Amino acid sequence: MKKSRVLRASALLIGLSLVGVACGGDDTSSDTTAAAGGDVTCDGLKIAFFGALTGDAGNLGQNIKKGVDLAVAEFNEANPGCQVGIEAYDSQGDPAQAPALADKAVADASVVGIVGPAFSGESKAVNGKFDEAGLPIVTPSATNPDLANQGWKIFHRALAGDDKQGPGIVQKITADGKAKVGVIDDNSEYGKGLADIVQAGLGAAAVEMNSLDPEGSDYSAIVTAAKDAGVDGIFFGGYYAAAGKLAKQLKDGGVDAQLYFADGVLDVGFIEAAGPAAEGSIIMCPCAPKDSNADFLAAFKAKFNEDPATYAAEAYDAATAFLDAIAAGKQDRASILEFLKTYDKAGVTKQIKWDEKGEVAGNAIYAYTIESGAIVGKPGLIG
Amino acid sequence: MRDWLLYRTFWDLTITGLALGSIYSLVALGYTLVYGVLRLINFAHSEIFMVGTFGALMASQEFLGIPMLEDGGYPYRTGFMLLVFLVFILLCAMVFSGLGAVALERVAYKSLRGNGDLFGAVVLAFLTGFVVSMVFVDDTLANVIVAAILTAPITMGYMSLFRRGKQSPRLAFLISAIGASTAIAEAMAIWGPEKREQYQTPRILEKDVLFSFLGADVRVDNVIVIVGALLMMVALTLFVNKSRLGRGVRAVAQDAETARILGVNVDMIILVTFALGGVMAGGAAMLFTLVYEQSRFNIGFILGVKSFTAAVLGGIGNLKGALLGGLVLGLVENYASAVFGGQWKDVVAFVVLLVVLMFRPTGLLGESLGRARV
Repeated sequence: MKKSRVLRASALLIGLSLVGVACGGDDTSSDTTAAAGGDVTCDGLKIAFFGALTGDAGNLGQNIKKGVDLAVAEFNEANPGCQVGIEAYDSQGDPAQAPALADKAVADASVVGIVGPAFSGESKAVNGKFDEAGLPIVTPSATNPDLANQGWKIFHRALAGDDKQGPGIVQKITADGKAKVGVIDDNSEYGKGLADIVQAGLGAAAVEMNSLDPEGSDYSAIVTAAKDAGVDGIFFGGYYAAAGKLAKQLKDGGVDAQLYFADGVLDVGFIEAAGPAAEGSIIMCPCAPKDSNADFLAAFKAKFNEDPATYAAEAYDAATAFLDAIAAGKQDRASILEFLKTYDKAGVTKQIKWDEKGEVAGNAIYAYTIESGAIVGKPGLIG
Repeated sequence: MRDWLLYRTFWDLTITGLALGSIYSLVALGYTLVYGVLRLINFAHSEIFMVGTFGALMASQEFLGIPMLEDGGYPYRTGFMLLVFLVFILLCAMVFSGLGAVALERVAYKSLRGNGDLFGAVVLAFLTGFVVSMVFVDDTLANVIVAAILTAPITMGYMSLFRRGKQSPRLAFLISAIGASTAIAEAMAIWGPEKREQYQTPRILEKDVLFSFLGADVRVDNVIVIVGALLMMVALTLFVNKSRLGRGVRAVAQDAETARILGVNVDMIILVTFALGGVMAGGAAMLFTLVYEQSRFNIGFILGVKSFTAAVLGGIGNLKGALLGGLVLGLVENYASAVFGGQWKDVVAFVVLLVVLMFRPTGLLGESLGRARV
């Protein structure tokens, strides 16, 4: 009963805000391009980053945050009358820590859009809260396929999900002619989900090798199992810190199978943790190579004095969608959510346009490898 | 049974399991020693191990200047130089952990026993001042200055409390232990150079296969770990059984009051006990970084839980029990990984612990540091 009252109240609020937007005048009919004129006005609006800035996979969140920072800085410079703030919620990628932060984000009325949550596990834990509050999200990195099937009206993602990435990985492994591939995961929402897709896709070629504890340090039992099975390829679904430890111990243990990873491993942290054992690993990712958009690359380098890393460009696209909404005069959660439904614009990574489930139209999967201690794109493999 | 994996890879799993188990054993000794003497579970011991891994990291990276990688691969050492390096890193880790354990005892436990000293009071006062200052200012340097100013008056307050000489209840020690554990780990996470990230320690020896044993490849680092841990344990047992201080440790473990009456300096012995546990944890930390080449602010947590389990499994308070418990736990975990998959190894390890405790409530070898058997 209490809930229905809340529902009614929020429905009323949303209705009112829609009326307000409709009455807002002619700016609602303007197109979706960012306000180049710079005559947008707004007051105290914030876009939030939600994800890991510290912890085992903190580098990925740092990349995302930089993408958001760049988009917002460019917007603020072009629109002196509308200075959009950034709020960062550092969940450490931990589904247990995320809900309290999500409550904070929901309670802060000035937060009108969220770039994140970055990872799939935390997304499962908190997206329901955002949905209830009608707070729109665009995740630049959470790829678990289930996320799009929860009926969350606020959910969007700026890259292809694992139902596209998994088959892409399978295609790559099969194209490499691997006949016996060990499949390992880290028991996370993301890692286990992706590993299951890859294992199913590989069929008879897959050797199930179960899960490892990403917090643990000793993977010798898995190394032994890999040696025993005589695999010529290994796929690990998980994040870069555990992947680094695993790669190192596999190499030390005398396993010389080709290693395959996915987007969660595409980070220099993997190379730092694995050392020379990282060389030659193949890392698939639905994220665009850093040089896929020259303007973005140049702007990013100018601001941060480094190349954009995994998900930075996707985060830039996600933040830009929110900023375009603000520029179009949609300055509360409900009208921004409406705006995203019909959003259709060429982002720096792909055409950004969402279907009713929040999946982005483009679904290219890219292959990367490690050469002399650096991540190198391998264009043309897939994508 | 997964395809007879355990059967085919039994000796491989045994060697790596023994290596990991040796590290568990060394850390378990710290739990067992302190429990034997004080009847206290020193939950902050896992952080003493963590401090040791950073000691090893500093020794190899700062003092010895070993780079992570050189052109053409790792900067391997060989022969006599390797030995010198290993011993130096070991000593550094031991000093870090040993001093850490001693400081922990003076600050977190001694004052609770009703005879706190100036050192403990000053450290506690500084920390108190720091926390108080943090409420008002959000700047580390300012906090340090305020804390330093506040230290003197707060110290006097603590000293007057200490002079009352009241022994705190058991539970207070436990809470102090858990608090100290969190505080040390979080301090490392907040002020450490890499914050909450993982650290890599450089590699100093080539991890070649030394020999094959019944189809299992035995690597150099595994041998160093197992042999090193055994040597340290023999040294500890000799110290406890043969030396004057060791006799004091056994006396206090048997009956602290009587030992005091007979002229044993009980506080001194407790300090020695903590130092011994710390030194063993430092040894474990050095061996750990040798094999796994990593550390983090919370590296001690899982390892600490496992080592405490090992101590209970073997019989807490019993030195040989810690050795046996650690090795058994390492082996069981590895075998369970092979039979049921990696995600089940902790489940199996704790089921084994439960079953053992059901039939032998005091662990495999029984509970005794001072009593009859040592």
